[in-house]
Amino acid sequence: METQIGLRVDGTRHTVRIDTRETLLDVLRERLGNTSPKKGCDHGQCGACTVLLDGRRVTTCLALAVSHDGAELTTAAGLASGAQLHPVQQAFVTHDAFQCGYCTPGQVCSAVGMLDEASRGWPSACTEPGELVRLSDAEIAERMSGNLCRCGAYVNIVAAIRQAAVDADAPDTP
Amino acid sequence: MTEPVTVRSIGTDLVRRDAWAKVTGTAPYAVEHPVRPRAYLYPVQATVPRGTVTAMDTAAAEAVDGVLAVLTHRNAPRLADTSDAELAVLQSPAVGFAGQFVAAVVAEHPEIARQAAGLVRVEYDRMAHDAQLDPDSSELYAPDSVNPSYPTDTLDGDPDAALAAAAVQVRQTYRTAMYHNNPMEPHASYAHWDSDGLTVYDSTQGVHVVRSVLARTFGIDAERVRVICPYVGGGFGSKGTVHAHAVLAALAARALPGRWVRVVLTRQQMFCLAGYRTPTIQRVGLGADRSGRLTALTMDVVEQTSRIKEFAEQSGMPARTMYAAGTRRTTHRLAALDVPVPSWMRAPGECPGMFGPEVAMDELAVACDLDPIELRIRNEPDRDPDSGLPFSSRNLVGCLREGADRFGWHDRDPRPRRMVDGWLVGSGVAASTYPVNQMPGATATIRYADEHYTVSIGAADLGTGAWTILGQIAADALQVPVEQVRMRIGDTAFPYASVAGGSSGTTCWGGAIVAAARAFRSRYGDRPGDGAEAEGTLPDNPERKHWAMHAFGAQFAEVRVRPDSGEIRVARLLGVFACGRIVNPRTARSQFVGGMTMGLSMALHEDSVLDPRSGRVVNHDLAQYHIASCADAPSVQAYWLDEHDPYVNPMGSKGIGEIGIVGTAAAVANAAWHATGVRVRELPITCDKLLG
Ligand code: FES
Ligand code: FES
Repeated sequence: METQIGLRVDGTRHTVRIDTRETLLDVLRERLGNTSPKKGCDHGQCGACTVLLDGRRVTTCLALAVSHDGAELTTAAGLASGAQLHPVQQAFVTHDAFQCGYCTPGQVCSAVGMLDEASRGWPSACTEPGELVRLSDAEIAERMSGNLCRCGAYVNIVAAIRQAAVDADAPDTP
Repeated sequence: MTEPVTVRSIGTDLVRRDAWAKVTGTAPYAVEHPVRPRAYLYPVQATVPRGTVTAMDTAAAEAVDGVLAVLTHRNAPRLADTSDAELAVLQSPAVGFAGQFVAAVVAEHPEIARQAAGLVRVEYDRMAHDAQLDPDSSELYAPDSVNPSYPTDTLDGDPDAALAAAAVQVRQTYRTAMYHNNPMEPHASYAHWDSDGLTVYDSTQGVHVVRSVLARTFGIDAERVRVICPYVGGGFGSKGTVHAHAVLAALAARALPGRWVRVVLTRQQMFCLAGYRTPTIQRVGLGADRSGRLTALTMDVVEQTSRIKEFAEQSGMPARTMYAAGTRRTTHRLAALDVPVPSWMRAPGECPGMFGPEVAMDELAVACDLDPIELRIRNEPDRDPDSGLPFSSRNLVGCLREGADRFGWHDRDPRPRRMVDGWLVGSGVAASTYPVNQMPGATATIRYADEHYTVSIGAADLGTGAWTILGQIAADALQVPVEQVRMRIGDTAFPYASVAGGSSGTTCWGGAIVAAARAFRSRYGDRPGDGAEAEGTLPDNPERKHWAMHAFGAQFAEVRVRPDSGEIRVARLLGVFACGRIVNPRTARSQFVGGMTMGLSMALHEDSVLDPRSGRVVNHDLAQYHIASCADAPSVQAYWLDEHDPYVNPMGSKGIGEIGIVGTAAAVANAAWHATGVRVRELPITCDKLLG
């Protein structure tokens, strides 16, 4: 069955006809030609398809497109504005936090979503009960463990996110 | 000596050329090229491990709106060459393993293709099959050679007698599991036929390999096949050889001229159609005198291959080179089973083949009451025991010593079961090695225009950094700033490049680029005019006849185990490597760290469980086939020695993509013993094995 939905992707509004069986990931990649989110497993097991959906990180291979009519999506392509990378992306470049790059857009979106979750004080499995969230390496690694990287860039990913978190906290220098 | 390049850009910490494209997700992988018009293929796979298709009903599938074609062995275009049984797709009703392609649906949209594929009815005449690796089977055989062309067996002296007479003896059986490469980008192809021939966007470690294999399979001139792959989402060997889906895509495209037919394997399909590493059973014997000097070393390996196509992993190779021993035997025996076809996975041979021997060395160290580093140093050979040649450079001892310093090995209490904060804590070490491989034929062109040198070569970057480091090599060979070099790789429109395999890319492609740059400079000097162009091909390296060429390394692991649950964590991994000159420390460190992280994953997590009744891997997805996640690898550090080797190639570099995984699992297993006192000889090291 086909139907029509509206999506706003990286700031651009789209009206698109879809098969009701399609995932948001497939609509982005096959219908809208936005291949920034990747398909690594199609089963919610790798995180490569992560985007920000209404500001929260979501695995789009598990999201049926038809149930997200009107959604606002930001992919890793949309996090950069022109040649200017998002600070998390820049930190990934600085720390060589990738190799093949296939997991990377998902890692970047996941990191942006995760930093927002942490700043709201949402605990993770390794936050001590009753304690404030402090983004230690263990906290970062725990919160990023839904994004697999077969190239094994994890230690650089954690270093990049740690730097982005510190930079975001630092008061603006005049 | 090879004529060295004077280094300026080589050795600098240049950011990857493709960094911006990768962090934004705009680097196009295989099926991300905006081709039109498209068609989507979904395969039908055999449900029996061995047999014959006796009946096929495709009517219901053909009736689905949007279906363009249903291909079976009855109607698929004929291939010119079916000698490679893995690639003889839809050419006969024979089934050689569960999961093999038996039909395919091509449709206007992926959902339609998948729905219709589910409607194809297939009946089989099932034959008796064997999918169980049994080291005592009477059917084991000795292959003619092992991958790629090494002798199957070696024998030096009478190791059995020497072992029996040795003052200290270790005789144990070690097992490594079946592993799947699982690059994050699935294997994928877009294929298109028109009057000019076949064009394929493929996810591959070698566009020229795909071209020659498809040309041969379809019986057309290689010039009529173009293969394009500027970015590869990982491969680790599984994209180094052509697998059936690429042939299927081309076959379907031939049936639908003018359409770009897309085949993307699902993660589940990758467990039977994209190669894997065979499980190994390693019977290791070490005999030594009381001071730890080896008098006998035996390594007898049993592995599996598929009945329809042989792949013999060379797991006995490192035992031929690592240590001096008075007598030595290495053998490989294979079981030909009705299972998917195995192939390359990161460091085939060296990776599994260092597990047994390096754990056995740890056991020998304990038996001799010697430090495991000292034991290895005592068994340093002065020449390569295998070839009898001197080493062009060998710095295993340097790696062990520097690693010991950096890791903090010296105050280690050799007794196991130290308890810290509720954890049993242990440390372990293992050595690693990888040969300096060179394949012939790589060619590069360099063209000057608009104050830039454009270097073209059909090479591949699977995350290794080739885009970046080849530019550094070109800059230094041309004696120009790296900013003036433009790179073009990943397309058969560019000159021949050998496959990104055997950690040989930098040697082969870099050597070709140096040859091209030298030809360019001798013709045009420092001031070329627009349009100046030269070509160069990797020359033979005559030094290879005179020297044994290998990289070496040492990995150290700190392991923590909960005494009550057996929960095991690798708190720290540290590796030191001697790999000649490092072309780019940034990308090199990522390669080493990535290799060690994959070794950690092998040590603790990875295990493809093959059901002998069905011939299928039952845990065929990333929820059940565990690979290390971010929290599993809290500390992985890589260092290297400043090693100068004038014989390997003009850059003085050795391959670095694979050595990181070699030895790591043994280091973790040795650390797990030190933590718990339990010697695990079968990977992966899971809680149950530690609780014993
Ligand atoms: S593709 Fe969505 S989680 Fe793997
Ligand atoms: S960079 Fe290759 S999978 Fe993460």
